[in-house]
Formats: sequence, structure tokens, C-alpha cells
Amino acid sequence: MDVEKKVEKTKEEMPVVEKITVGHVHLSGCTGCLVSFADNYEGLFKILDDYADLVYALTLADVRHIPEMDVALVEGSVCLQDKSSVEEIKEAREKAKVVVALGGCAAYGNITRFCRGGQWNQPQMESYVPIAELIDVDLYIPGCAPTPQQIRNVCIMAYLLLKGNDEQKELAGAYLKPLMDLAQRGDEACGCDLMYDVINQGLCMGCGSCAAACPVRAISMEYGKPNIDRDLCIKCGACYAQCPRSFFNFDVMNEFEGISELIKGVME
Amino acid sequence: MVLGNYKSVVAARSTDNEILKGAQDGGIVTQLFAYALEEGIIDGAIVAGPSDEPWKPEPVIATTKAELLAARGTKYTLSPNIALLKEATRSYGLDRIGIVGTPCQMQAVRKAQLYPIGMRDVPDKIALAIGIFCMENFPYQSLEAMVEDHCNVKLESVKKLDIGKGKFWAYTERGAVAQIPLKVTHKYEQPGCHVCLDYVSNLADVSTGSVGAPDGWSTVFVRTQNGENAWGKAIAAGCFETKPIEEVKPGLDLVTKLATEKITKNQKTLEARATFGVGKGLRNPYI
Ligand SMILES: Cc1cc2nc3c(=O)[nH]c(=O)nc-3n(C[C@H](O)[C@H](O)[C@H](O)COP(=O)(O)OP(=O)(O)OC[C@H]3O[C@@H](n4cnc5c(N)ncnc54)[C@H](O)[C@@H]3O)c2cc1C
Ligand code: SF4
Ligand code: SF4
Ligand code: SF4
Repeated sequence: MDVEKKVEKTKEEMPVVEKITVGHVHLSGCTGCLVSFADNYEGLFKILDDYADLVYALTLADVRHIPEMDVALVEGSVCLQDKSSVEEIKEAREKAKVVVALGGCAAYGNITRFCRGGQWNQPQMESYVPIAELIDVDLYIPGCAPTPQQIRNVCIMAYLLLKGNDEQKELAGAYLKPLMDLAQRGDEACGCDLMYDVINQGLCMGCGSCAAACPVRAISMEYGKPNIDRDLCIKCGACYAQCPRSFFNFDVMNEFEGISELIKGVME
Repeated sequence: MVLGNYKSVVAARSTDNEILKGAQDGGIVTQLFAYALEEGIIDGAIVAGPSDEPWKPEPVIATTKAELLAARGTKYTLSPNIALLKEATRSYGLDRIGIVGTPCQMQAVRKAQLYPIGMRDVPDKIALAIGIFCMENFPYQSLEAMVEDHCNVKLESVKKLDIGKGKFWAYTERGAVAQIPLKVTHKYEQPGCHVCLDYVSNLADVSTGSVGAPDGWSTVFVRTQNGENAWGKAIAAGCFETKPIEEVKPGLDLVTKLATEKITKNQKTLEARATFGVGKGLRNPYI
């Protein structure tokens, strides 16, 4: 009796009540995306203390079934021959206000694009699709692994979008828009995107961002233009997303100093 | 807004004769990095260093003044400096990165900071981003054609290249000067430059160029808190001679005029792209 009272009392004294609820849904992923989230170190605690309750994450908490949540961070692609995976992604869509494809696998299939079955002891598990193949996805965080800082920024902005004042909502909306546009653009990614949508479009200016972003060094800059070793490419989508000529939203970028300060401020 | 946000703008040049000797203009980039390196404001800078082909830059991470000196001067061709941005925080182990680049490269730096998608740990490690003014750039083979064919001098013999007063200039080691009207060079421009909406590196911490200031001097915009801190300390340490921009010719009016021309022209290109085909257009990265 006494103990229960104590617990209730502590709960009431929690300083922040207006947190958003976040869940981590693990499909055919490697947990590297979650590790990236955790690699915000004390920043992760700050987020969990002040801005977000982690209501679901099989790796970290003992909640067995997908609950209602504001934001679902979905990691991994979906195996069509695994019934529970297919059910889980559908359930995540039903239970979450915002579905985020976290990382290259959820967004674009990534390494699971190369799956073709034939391995013990489920040789029939051969078809893997990015989550947008089965459900509507609101926002992409590409990358293999996605960066801790990008996940942090999305968490902060999602919080501001759902709980902030009008000005903060507007900023968060503007910030998140290109990541939402990426989700609308499609779920196929490859180093070839740099050809199709940047160089072939007359937009490449030779900055080298794509080469820096590539996790497997598949891109080298030759005479100032990206050359893609397509057999090295794992189809993560980082190069195109990082390219300043994929999206460049001046309204947000012009405020880079203020936004960087804001992010630093809320994380302190 | 064509000149971006800034806290102050002056005409300036380095007080270090060694730097000035091989600098393009007032030696602002080399001097400011050299000072920042010495003071620990940065622990390395990504610059356009030399390669084994003449006037073809190779991005390098300079951690000594000698390496900064070796990168002086404008190479009118692509130097993909951002390609080293993540590596600088990895095998090079930098915590405070300096980087120089054209306006589009400053945009790339800020995008990497705000949307670090393949750039883990980069956002917090940009200590000093120096932008240079840029009207357009050229593929290496274009530069070859302009210098070797149109100017009729070997790239190997060139000491300095410059764009100014409506002309493209090549100065050789042995004192010859060749020049061609800029209109001859237009067809050689990098196509991606024609959608560029920034002339004076609006997103840099400090940006600098030759336009506006007399020969041997530079126009310098100090834009951010980071920029102001570094610039203020460098001035206090006697690194630069400065003059109020109002007192030099041709001054900010010309900078504003050229910036407006570039942006207006390229806005038109963007608009034309929207209806480039028949009922179809080309992609616009800005919307
Ligand atoms: C393609 C191009 C176009 C330019 N157009 C204009 C213009 O229209 N109007 C104007 O006023 N100024 C222009 N500039 C800038 C100007 O030529 C000088 O670079 C600038 O004034 C710096 O001079 P400085 O003496 O301070 O630099 P320095 O001390 O000589 O150092 C120059 C620095 O620039 C870096 N650099 C050289 N070439 C490149 C490159 N291709 N890409 C990235 N970094 C490079 C070098 O690594 C070095 O660190 C242009 C520069 C470039 C590269
Ligand atoms: S990141 Fe830079 S170099 Fe790579 S495709 Fe985009 S504009 Fe070209
Ligand atoms: S080229 Fe590299 S960054 Fe681009 S999709 Fe392939 S693996 Fe990813
Ligand atoms: S004109 Fe623009 S896109 Fe071209 S090199 Fe200069 S800054 Fe980059």
C-alpha cells in the first residue's frame, strides 16, 4: 500500500507532463539505427527526461505489444514471408500518429534489397520491402546508419510540432518538410540517384557531399564529379539525401545559426 | 538580401608578406586559417591543395601553415572540398574543422549541419567556414580549353589565373599576360552553376572575394558569431590591415550589382527549367 502511494507521488512530481510518446519498432533491421539513437549519449537521456517517453522498444523495455504513440521510429524492412512482420508494420501504422522510416532499410530496403532466399532455416524468406511498400510513411531518415544528430533533430522537431507554440510549430514544420518530401518521392534508392536526379538533371556542382556521405566509399570524385562504383553501393540513400542539390530549403538553411543554437539550447 | 546576413563588412588584406606573395587577393583565407590554427580555433582546414595536374586542385586537410601556403590562389575549377568533411573527423581526428569553399560548398556545410544524413558527428565540429565569392566555376577540361586553346599558354607555365574587369586573365611565370573576353568562356561553365542563387557565400562564417576592393585587397563579410569571434581576435592580433568599405572603390555597390545580376539570371534559368519540356519540366532543388 505504502509503496504504491510513493510511486504515485513521484509520478505526479515529474517536471514535464507534456512529453510526446515515441516507440521503436524493430523489423528486419540490425539494431544499428537504435544504437545510433543511443549514441546521442547524455542527449538521449535529455530527450527521454524532457521531451519524449519511450513507450515501446523491445530492445530496451518490457512492453510486448505495439501501443498507441505519437511517433513510431521504424527500423528495418519487411519480410513478406514473415506473417508477424507484416502484421506489425500494419499495426504500427494504425497506432502511430507519425510513422518515421528510420534508416536505409526501412526507407529504401538497403542491404535487404539483395536478399533472395535460400538460406537455412527459412529458405523461403526471400522478399524484403521497404515499409512504404505496405503502409503510408510520413517521414524518412535515410542513412546506414542514420546519424545520431539527425535522429535527435527529428525528435526535437517532432516535439515542437506537437507540443510547441505557433512559432515553434511553424519552424518544426518547415524543418521536417524535406524529410517528408523524401518519403513522398519513393522507396527506391541507389548511388544511381545522383545520376538520374542530380547530374542528368543539370544540377550537380561538384561539391563532394555525396562522397563524404557514402558509408561504403562507393563514390569517388573524378574531375569534380561523382563516380559511383555500383557494385559497392548498398542502396542506403544517404548520398542523394545529403546532396545539397537534392533538396535545399532556403527558409530553413538561412536560419542555420539560430536553429543550431536552438538545438544546442534544448539539449543542455 | 542578395548579400546575405552579415554583422560587418570591410576591405582588408593580410599583414604577412609571405602569405600575400602567392595569395589571390588580400590573402584573407590563408591568413585567417593560419591564425586560427595557431590559436587552436581550428585544428585543421580543408583547402584546395595542389595535385599532380597543373591547376587541378585536390582537396586536402591542412594542419600546418606550409600546407595552407601551398593551397593559396584561385583554381577556376571544381575542388570537391566537402568530400573530406566526414573524413576530417575520422582518420584525421579533427574536433574543430576549418573549411574554405564556394557558396554552394558553404550550403553543403550547412545542410550537413542541419540535416546530417551521412555525416555523423560533423554538425558540431565545424569551427570556421570561410566562403569565397563565386560567379561560376568550370570543369577542368574547360579550364584547359580556356587557357591552352583560347589564351594560347601552357597550363604548366601559368602563375596566376584571374577573372576581373570582364575578362579571364592568365599570367605566366615568365611575365606574359594573356586575356580573353568573359563571353568566350560562358559555354565552358559548369551547368550546375546556372541554378546557383548565391554570389557572396551567404552561409559562411566569414566570406571574402576580390570584387569591391582594390587590387591586392579583399572584401570581407563577417556573418556569424563564430566568424566574429575569429575575425575579432585576428584583428586584435594584428593579422589584417582594414579599411572601411565606404572608403574604397568600387565598394559595395559593385558587389551588390554583380550579386543581383547573378541571382536574377539564375532565377530565370530555374523558371525556364520548370517548363523545359512539353508539358514537363526539370527538377527544382529549392522547392
Ligand atoms: C571558381 C571561383 C570563382 C570565383 N569568382 C569570384 C567572383 O566572381 N568575384 C570575386 O570577388 N571573387 C571570386 N572568387 C574568389 C577569389 O578568386 C578568391 O578566391 C578570394 O578572394 C580569396 O582570396 P584570398 O587572397 O583571400 O585567398 P588565398 O589566401 O589566396 O586562398 C584561397 C583559398 O581558396 C581556396 N580555393 C582555391 N580554389 C578553390 C576552388 N576551386 N574551390 C574551393 N576552394 C578553392 C584555396 O584552397 C585557398 O585556401 C572565385 C573563386 C573561385 C574558386
Ligand atoms: S553532393 Fe555535390 S557532387 Fe555529389 S551529386 Fe550532389 S552536387 Fe554533385
Ligand atoms: S552510393 Fe553509397 S551513399 Fe549512395 S546509396 Fe549507395 S551506398 Fe548509399
Ligand atoms: S556558381 Fe554557385 S554552384 Fe557554381 S561553383 Fe560557384 S557557388 Fe558553386
